[in-house]
Amino acid sequence: MPALTFDDVTFSRPGGTRILDHFHLDVAEGEVLALVGRSGAGKSTVIKLVNRLLVPEAGRVSVEGRATREWDPIRLRRRIGYVIQDVGLFPHMTVAENVAVVPRLEGWSGERIAARVDDLLELVALPTARFGARWPDELSGGQRQRVGVARALGIDPPILLMDEPFGALDPMTRAELQAQFRSIQGRLRKTVILVTHDMREAFALADRVGILDEGRLLVCDTPAAVQQSRNARVRQLLDAALAGPRESS
Amino acid sequence: MARLFTFWLSHRGELATLLAQHVLLVTLSTAAAAIVGVPLGIFAARRPRVAAPIVAVTNIVQTVPSLAMFGFLLPVPLVGGIGARAAIVVLILYGLLPIVRTTIAGITGIDASIREAGIAMGMTSRELLRQVELPLALPSIAAGVRVAAVVAVGSATIAAAIGAGGLGEYIYRGLSMVDSIVILAGAVPAALLAIVVDAVLLWAERRLTRRRRGRSAGALAVAACAAIVLVSSAAMAGRTRGAIIVGSKNFTEQVILGEIVAQTIERQAGLPVLRRLNLGGTLICDRALLTGDLDVYVEYTGTALTAVFHRPVATDSATVYNSVRELYAARGQTLLGALGFNNTFAILVRGADARRLGLKTIEDGARQAPHWQAGFGYEFLERPDGFPGLARAYDLRFAAAPRVMDLTLSYRALATGQVDLIAGDATAGLIGALDLVQLEDNRRFFPPYDAAPVARAQTLLRYPAVRRALEGLAGRISADDMRRLNYAADAEHRDVPALVSAFLKGVM
Repeated sequence: MPALTFDDVTFSRPGGTRILDHFHLDVAEGEVLALVGRSGAGKSTVIKLVNRLLVPEAGRVSVEGRATREWDPIRLRRRIGYVIQDVGLFPHMTVAENVAVVPRLEGWSGERIAARVDDLLELVALPTARFGARWPDELSGGQRQRVGVARALGIDPPILLMDEPFGALDPMTRAELQAQFRSIQGRLRKTVILVTHDMREAFALADRVGILDEGRLLVCDTPAAVQQSRNARVRQLLDAALAGPRESS
Repeated sequence: MARLFTFWLSHRGELATLLAQHVLLVTLSTAAAAIVGVPLGIFAARRPRVAAPIVAVTNIVQTVPSLAMFGFLLPVPLVGGIGARAAIVVLILYGLLPIVRTTIAGITGIDASIREAGIAMGMTSRELLRQVELPLALPSIAAGVRVAAVVAVGSATIAAAIGAGGLGEYIYRGLSMVDSIVILAGAVPAALLAIVVDAVLLWAERRLTRRRRGRSAGALAVAACAAIVLVSSAAMAGRTRGAIIVGSKNFTEQVILGEIVAQTIERQAGLPVLRRLNLGGTLICDRALLTGDLDVYVEYTGTALTAVFHRPVATDSATVYNSVRELYAARGQTLLGALGFNNTFAILVRGADARRLGLKTIEDGARQAPHWQAGFGYEFLERPDGFPGLARAYDLRFAAAPRVMDLTLSYRALATGQVDLIAGDATAGLIGALDLVQLEDNRRFFPPYDAAPVARAQTLLRYPAVRRALEGLAGRISADDMRRLNYAADAEHRDVPALVSAFLKGVM
């Protein structure tokens, strides 16, 4: 059974613009699926439908076999880590406090939380001793992003949603974080939806790449298969995206 | 300047009490405004459709002048009436606007991505509020509370008008005595208090926003507020419960009469007295007597007839006294024996003229009028029971049209010969001091304004000694006595309680 399923999902903006139009998608457990597409194509909408920040207008979004409408939204969201481009770290909490948020919501004991925060900050290479007591505005962009990842992993959720997690970073930092992501994912094997506008990033990190265009998936396959697609629209998008100078990795 | 310090030094006990009352009014009302305003702001911030009307209502409240607000609240049960409770209610209403606004601004100003992160992490709406929204909005809320507190320091001075105490007492006392030193005695500490409150809260606000902190500084602020309330309450603990409450309106003669009534009850009946002097006018005193916020104050029969009971003017002293007494009785209030003077309009001439020309009555004066220049206050010239009626009643004709002048200035204008006849107050202190003579109203044109204590019948039944004490005052205060007392307080700046104490020793 796939971890995540989109079955014939339609969604429109409050104004009426249709964003997803009879959209289908399966994500297997432990798989990294990258969603690419132009801005406004509906990539973020897909992610927000998973953790029920949005609900579909028609069709069904299922997480672990159960429709999101049937989940208690709080329980659902605590099974899903969420990393967004502008991170959303809480500015009034230290690095360690930010990472501890979800374990604290879950009512973990102080010792258990402390041990978990140590592990997570170690995982993203920001050891507690040096970084735990810092404030978000004392970190670089890349460091903040890593804290965001650590926080999303707080209670070891099986699913991770990442919306342009490396979008605002300089190429060097970005490459470094992508490498770190690969190594973490190699160990943790989460089910991941990664939204990016960067085709290269998608090919480098994902098991499968889906290209979103006009509310539907043009193609959804392994990087190699997508790169060889004969679909004219896919070729057009790929050529445009890959023609520019290589910027990383 | 030296007089100001002398005043503070000689009134230091009272000053400390008033300051404590002021701080207590401000602290309690600001704390309550925060307790109401912050949740209201949170509620509004979450429902933008509700926010606009809530802000609009608090805006409107803000524009109501404070005295008018006290007026509205007077007849309202529980929160209204006079005293500290009503004052605190008004101050809370004024404090709401800044607090509600800054709470809304603080919460709606939070970065959308931060709020979204919280929701996506599975925070319930309560968790989001407590762990994210409130801490982030706190600096803004704290700024609102600071503004509210500083505004309250200013507004609380008005509270003296309804007997809530505080530094406004001096301001009102000073206004009624036309003594700028007494005004400054209240205004200067109030201004200093505003500066101190602002600085202290700014410091607390900085501690809150500096982040190594959180709970500890919040707790500190709460502890500081609690300490202030405790200290101020302790300072006010001297206030007696179950005392007879004596009121007065806000001019010198009324304050003196209030003090006379208060000391008489203390001495003769041996009961504790709570003074609520300097209340803002006839209406407030009357309402307070009705609601039981006052037990007794001194009213003038003519004023009671027209202003309290809205009856037409009558001119016979005994008739007016009796009808007012009956009207009060129908409301469960007792008009006690008249004190012995009539604070009516007084037609005044120089003492030298009166003696030289043998003038006793207004009729005598009317014969001299064609050679005289008159000077009248604006009100007297306009009122039907003023100059127009008087001129008809006595067929008064002057050499020229009367000069319009300020009432207080007209006494000196008469004494220095700029005018020859004026209409003053029968009990004005300057009459004796400037050797002026009041011509008798032998045709009984002016309505009588005989001063008499009016009390709640219930109080008199419960404490017969109070009734006996007050009846003992009947006929004991002549117009001359009242003039001397007014003069001593207004012109010689004598301390009213001491003055009254000396006076009572003389007459009793």
